[in-house]
Amino acid sequence: MNKLTVSPSPHIKSGQTTKKIMWTVVISLIPSGIAGVYIYGISSLNVIILSILSCIFTEALFLKFRNRDPKTVLDGSAILTGLLLAYNLPPQIPFWIPIAGGVVSVILGKQIFGGLGQNIFNPALVGRAFLQISWPVYMTTWKNPRWWPDAISSATPLAKETAAHFTYMDLFLGNRAGSIGEVCVIALVIGALFLLAKKIISLHIPLSFIGTLGIITWIFGKEGFFKGDFIFNILAGGIILGAFFMATDYVTSPLTKKGKIIFGIGCGILTAVIRLRGSYPEGVCYSILFMNAAVPVIDRFTKTKKYGVVKKAI
Amino acid sequence: MKNLFKEFFKGIGSENPTFRLVLGLCPTLAVSTSVINGMGMGIAATFVLIGSNIIISLVRKFIPDQIRIPCFIVIIATFVTIVELMMKAYAPELSKALGIFVPLIVVNCIVLGRAEAFACKQGVFSSLLDALGMGIGFTLALLLIASIREILGSGTLFGLLIIKGFEPVLYLVLAPGALLVIGLLIGGINFLSKRRSAA
Amino acid sequence: MDLTMFLSIIIGAIFINNFILSKFLGLCSFIGISKETKPALYMGISVTFVTTCASIITWAIYNFILVPCHIEYLRTISFILVIASFVQFVEMVIKKFSRALYRTLGIYLPLITVNCAVFGVAVLNSEMFFKPGINMLTSFTLSALQGFCVGLGYILVMLFMSGIRERLELCDIPPSFKNAPIAFIIASLMSMAFMGFSGFRF
Repeated sequence: MNKLTVSPSPHIKSGQTTKKIMWTVVISLIPSGIAGVYIYGISSLNVIILSILSCIFTEALFLKFRNRDPKTVLDGSAILTGLLLAYNLPPQIPFWIPIAGGVVSVILGKQIFGGLGQNIFNPALVGRAFLQISWPVYMTTWKNPRWWPDAISSATPLAKETAAHFTYMDLFLGNRAGSIGEVCVIALVIGALFLLAKKIISLHIPLSFIGTLGIITWIFGKEGFFKGDFIFNILAGGIILGAFFMATDYVTSPLTKKGKIIFGIGCGILTAVIRLRGSYPEGVCYSILFMNAAVPVIDRFTKTKKYGVVKKAI
Repeated sequence: MKNLFKEFFKGIGSENPTFRLVLGLCPTLAVSTSVINGMGMGIAATFVLIGSNIIISLVRKFIPDQIRIPCFIVIIATFVTIVELMMKAYAPELSKALGIFVPLIVVNCIVLGRAEAFACKQGVFSSLLDALGMGIGFTLALLLIASIREILGSGTLFGLLIIKGFEPVLYLVLAPGALLVIGLLIGGINFLSKRRSAA
Repeated sequence: MDLTMFLSIIIGAIFINNFILSKFLGLCSFIGISKETKPALYMGISVTFVTTCASIITWAIYNFILVPCHIEYLRTISFILVIASFVQFVEMVIKKFSRALYRTLGIYLPLITVNCAVFGVAVLNSEMFFKPGINMLTSFTLSALQGFCVGLGYILVMLFMSGIRERLELCDIPPSFKNAPIAFIIASLMSMAFMGFSGFRF
């Protein structure tokens, strides 16, 4: 994909390529889904299925309403949105929440802008943030792994009072409460390596995102400087999922390498600030949405120079 | 007579300040979290509109053209101050809920817009009708937005619980919800009027 | 008057209580002038200049005229008059001294007179800082800072919005939702993203 990102927008990709990319990303997300279902039990599978179905239905209805070719439903983007949305939800949640989230994701996140390739914000994150703001209680009731004695817990490791109980190994394997798709870091890394090997994503955004978060939480994470537990901060929460699978979305991230690095650093700073100082325990979702809004501006200032065109002031 | 009717009804329908002219949005969005707040703001703005339109139409021949805007602003601000003090005295809770948005009626584009576009050119009676129509149109728009936000966002209407077992969509009561509701409403109205003109 | 106070005003005015996205002040100009980046940026700069100056001027009016004469109830009238005349004055000065600047900024200045953000920041300052318990110097510094930061928040959102709307030119948006409605929906989503900062601890 690096070949494509060199030229300024808009990209017009052929249907075949888009479809292939979408399905590759879907495949890369499967290990993490299996891990989520294994860790939290069958209820997480329900959430995933409901969320995907809701996205597909909404998209099909909207396309029909606008007299567009309904076959585009099968380009994989609706499934990907549904999958990513479900991965951002707690494993045990009333059935209507993933459905509402799917509707919001597809309509407000994507179709109102004209569909795939034209959206400004990451659709799955739009849905997730909407749900988080609308029904905060359900969105923060987490479930512990199946083999733990008490089933319902109220906090992820990022909540300050529970942080001490986890070893790095727990976090790496996903032995903790959390959203369906974010817990098992090793499964996410396998998926990310697959995407990197297929050259679907580049490392610019994930590395700058995770690196910035690590550095800031290392410096400011605890009282005094340079004492923060940055490994914990990287492994806990949704940053691996966010940095590799959501911040890298082509449509909603900058085009140039420089732009991508700025985008990643911005996400990292905002996530760290929200985690350390905000009222929400996790900031990945909001920081990516915030930087999504900044993408056109970033693109404007990092645009590749065109030959033979005098550079204009802003 | 027919003309006077037209002056009155245009504010409610074809030239609705909120949906058609997209004016005076700041108070519309900020206070529409509940129907009671919306109604309070609507009545306050209508009062200012009527008062300023009548006075401006009365003195329109004495105001030099170059300084008409400052004159209008003084007249409007006077009425806003009256509303502000009355509300503080007789409806302190409402006054607290509306906060800085009561003094902000001064910069509500609808009021100055009607003064400039209508009252400074027309007679007293038609200015009164124009103000009344615009005020009612504004109030109705506010009530519409406020009831959508209150019913779906907190499951209540006029503070009474109306839907049992419904999980309110908190998003709609908060700031982003106001922007979303107005965006969807304007879009929906565009869509309906396009379809009607096509049919 | 310590660092935390400053920080809370800066972050509060730019992010948490962004005038456009959470208080809806200056929304008309935000929807109207955000179609292209260049005018949006100039409008933002003009607004920042005016909000900063207006905060200082209204502070002076309130503390040196209204309070000594016990006529605080004339706040609304005096503030709006002062702001309107100040904007007129700036327009005249710019016209006199720099034709080029006048040509770029001139058309935005009259719009600022009725921009709720300017009047809003003056009223907000007076409710937040012009109180018996706060001494004059503190209230002056905080008002000026708040005026400036509200302007910065306005520039930030204008810049984002205009960038997005330039990109939307090429998009297949449902026809009924073109222009104002889609702008409101984007603003709603941006406001949602800004909510990540809510409940900030300093």
